[in-house]
Amino acid sequence: MSSAAAPAPRQPLAAFLDQAGMLVVLAILFAGCSVFVENFLSWRNLQGLALAVSMTGMVACTMLFCLAAGDFDLSISSVVACAGVLAAVVMNQTESITLGVAAGLGIGALVGITNGYVVAKLRINALITTLATMQIVRGFGFIISDGKAVGIGLEDFFSLGSSALFGVPTPVWITAGCFAIFGFILNRTVFGRDTLAVGGNAEAAHLAGIAVDRVKIIIFTAQGVMAAFAGIVLASRITSGQPNTSQGFELEVISACVLGGVSLTGGVGSMAFVIAGVLIMGIVQNAMNLMNVATFYQYVARGLILLAAVLFDRWKRRKQ
Amino acid sequence: MSPALAFDGVSMAFPGVKALDDVSFDVRAGSIHALMGENGAGKSTLLKILSGAYTPSGGSLALAGRPRTFGATAQALAAGIAVIYQELHLVPEMSVAENLFLGHLPQTCGLVNRRALAAAARRQLELIGEDLDPETKLGTLSLGQRQMVEIAKALTRGARIIAFDEPTSSLSDREVRRLFTIIRELRSRGCAVLYVSHRMEEIFELCDRITILRDGRHVDTADLATLTRDAVVQRMVGRKLADIYNYTPRPPAGPGLVVAGLCGPGLAEPCTFSAAAGEILGFFGLIGAGRSELLKLLFGSAEKTAGRVTFAGRALTITSPRQAIEAGIVLCPEDRKKEGIVPVRSVLENTNLSARRRQAHAGLFIHEAWEQTNARERTAQLRVKTPSVHQLIRNLSGGNQQKVILARWLSEKVNVILLDEPTRGIDVGAKSEIYTIIQDLARSGVCVIVVSSELPEVLGVSDRIAVMRQGKLAAILDRADATEEKLLKLALPLETARAS
Repeated sequence: MSSAAAPAPRQPLAAFLDQAGMLVVLAILFAGCSVFVENFLSWRNLQGLALAVSMTGMVACTMLFCLAAGDFDLSISSVVACAGVLAAVVMNQTESITLGVAAGLGIGALVGITNGYVVAKLRINALITTLATMQIVRGFGFIISDGKAVGIGLEDFFSLGSSALFGVPTPVWITAGCFAIFGFILNRTVFGRDTLAVGGNAEAAHLAGIAVDRVKIIIFTAQGVMAAFAGIVLASRITSGQPNTSQGFELEVISACVLGGVSLTGGVGSMAFVIAGVLIMGIVQNAMNLMNVATFYQYVARGLILLAAVLFDRWKRRKQ
Repeated sequence: MSPALAFDGVSMAFPGVKALDDVSFDVRAGSIHALMGENGAGKSTLLKILSGAYTPSGGSLALAGRPRTFGATAQALAAGIAVIYQELHLVPEMSVAENLFLGHLPQTCGLVNRRALAAAARRQLELIGEDLDPETKLGTLSLGQRQMVEIAKALTRGARIIAFDEPTSSLSDREVRRLFTIIRELRSRGCAVLYVSHRMEEIFELCDRITILRDGRHVDTADLATLTRDAVVQRMVGRKLADIYNYTPRPPAGPGLVVAGLCGPGLAEPCTFSAAAGEILGFFGLIGAGRSELLKLLFGSAEKTAGRVTFAGRALTITSPRQAIEAGIVLCPEDRKKEGIVPVRSVLENTNLSARRRQAHAGLFIHEAWEQTNARERTAQLRVKTPSVHQLIRNLSGGNQQKVILARWLSEKVNVILLDEPTRGIDVGAKSEIYTIIQDLARSGVCVIVVSSELPEVLGVSDRIAVMRQGKLAAILDRADATEEKLLKLALPLETARAS
């Protein structure tokens, strides 16, 4: 009650390290890989690296909001698969890219709004809600594709995933755009600040006149649409809708956010750090590929990195 | 004979702040020892050292003359020390018996011996005169009963030194009586009791000796009989407080809030009253009398089933806090931590939480300049002590957190401000500042409604005082007519009043 331990005036360097945390780790990791990992710094590899993280990056934008508001979304991997498959099926039947994309985004919005409604209005825990929709939507993806990959016949559609502008693949541009837009929303709009307040203390936010339920429903809907969009981009890259794709993707995205210092209990998160988290995960994976580390070991390494990051964060907070 | 517990030159340094500085005093066996001081004086730190949660950076503890150091709470427990905190450390999903013996359940071959457990639990509960079924799930008990369980738990571990941290802050009057009886019983059995509280009446009623801390330093240890209340307050704040309420009469500023036939959860009958603009209307009552519920109905955070609310003659439709705020009705909730602050966000964020919606460009984009200016001006106006507006609010003391919530509402256009226990858990200095803010608000024409369980407070700040009893509005008294006795008599349930 009465231990008003004022934070200590810290050394400028220590304060900087504290503030910059994962950005410093990212810089060191990048420098280290550039020096020690052969081919890492080649344009071709960097292009590949950026493309590899583009999907995680996109979805991490909305996942940041979800976590910052104190919720979870596990259903995104299923939405990625289902939206890709549905887009493929609709495109093949109607010969229209627009209708296919609209159908894919539509299913994402539907799943998202359902998640949001159940979590916000019916007050069911987000973990359980999205665990359920994850399975429902995965199943739906299998049903509409009959369990098989759906090849896409409209070649124009492939340019979404495989074209490039100034040598940078289109999905990477899209992801960069998402980072900018969602970073702006988080920091510079009432909605963004409300999101953090809802995650920090939903009851206090409600009593300060913030429409807590609406904030949550919007976030889940955005999350669904974003995952669906990522699924459509993926379908375009691999020229088909795959009902089996992206299993475990939700954990990859959440890992990247946690690595970027987003609090799982809500209220804390920043876009710059999430970008760092996404890139750290991507660089580690990329470096391991270049060094020919077997896939099995990569899982172990990724898990260890996540654990280390969380422990580091805990240690830092203890120190304060 | 050596004292049961002695602090000898205890210091505790956190980075940049000295929470305790060379504190020495004794606590005797068979005595109730009050520990008082403003927030930040070091009381909690001292308790944490006692419980083994902190290791002091200087000085030592002695138990019955033997110096001891505790590296962990388990060691302090083993040495017969129990600290009972405001947030009780019990498991609501488990039974009373299981809670009592948590960590050392009676076992037969590694399995819990249910019968032995129930019998042992019943014995322990009898010791403190608590008639409870040990099989009851803890979560179904009232806060007062849980506290009794916590005390019984301390005794099952053979505690001889028992410290209480603000034990009465969420107890009803009757529960407080029970607690005091048991604390006195502990004393007569030779336990040393350390009692931390902000409530002066309790300290004078219950305690034998007192130690006063200020800014981490030991100010005085004395027999309570030798001190007056004023002397204690003076030692706590280091200056003399003439009149901490700063009350000045003001003429009513015009028509204000009129509530007619308000019904809803927590109210036993329709509630009708009015409060003029510029008036301070106090609400006194026991816990559970329906005062907080009434405020929630006015603020739209609970749904009313009937009744009309008007302000300055205009009918108000309020079904959510958002609508209430738009109508100029705002609430500082009772439970600051749970309902008031967003702990992980800054003072600035917490100040602008509500008003930013109306200041934003196009209602969407943050008005950065306004955010900065408003947070700086409001916190300066209310004299919030914080290194900067970017400090996380959870690092502020309770009084300063409360001021930030007031700052949040001063950023809005306020007609009616509802204050639910505005000074609970706040030290005397900050209390006085909050009373000044309340008077200033009324002088500027705001209609102020203050709910308080502290008689001196409700008498000190209000122009008129409404008393609630069992969900009903019992009476409204003018300041001049109201006395502690009258208010208490009106507030007590009818059976009890007749009995006493």
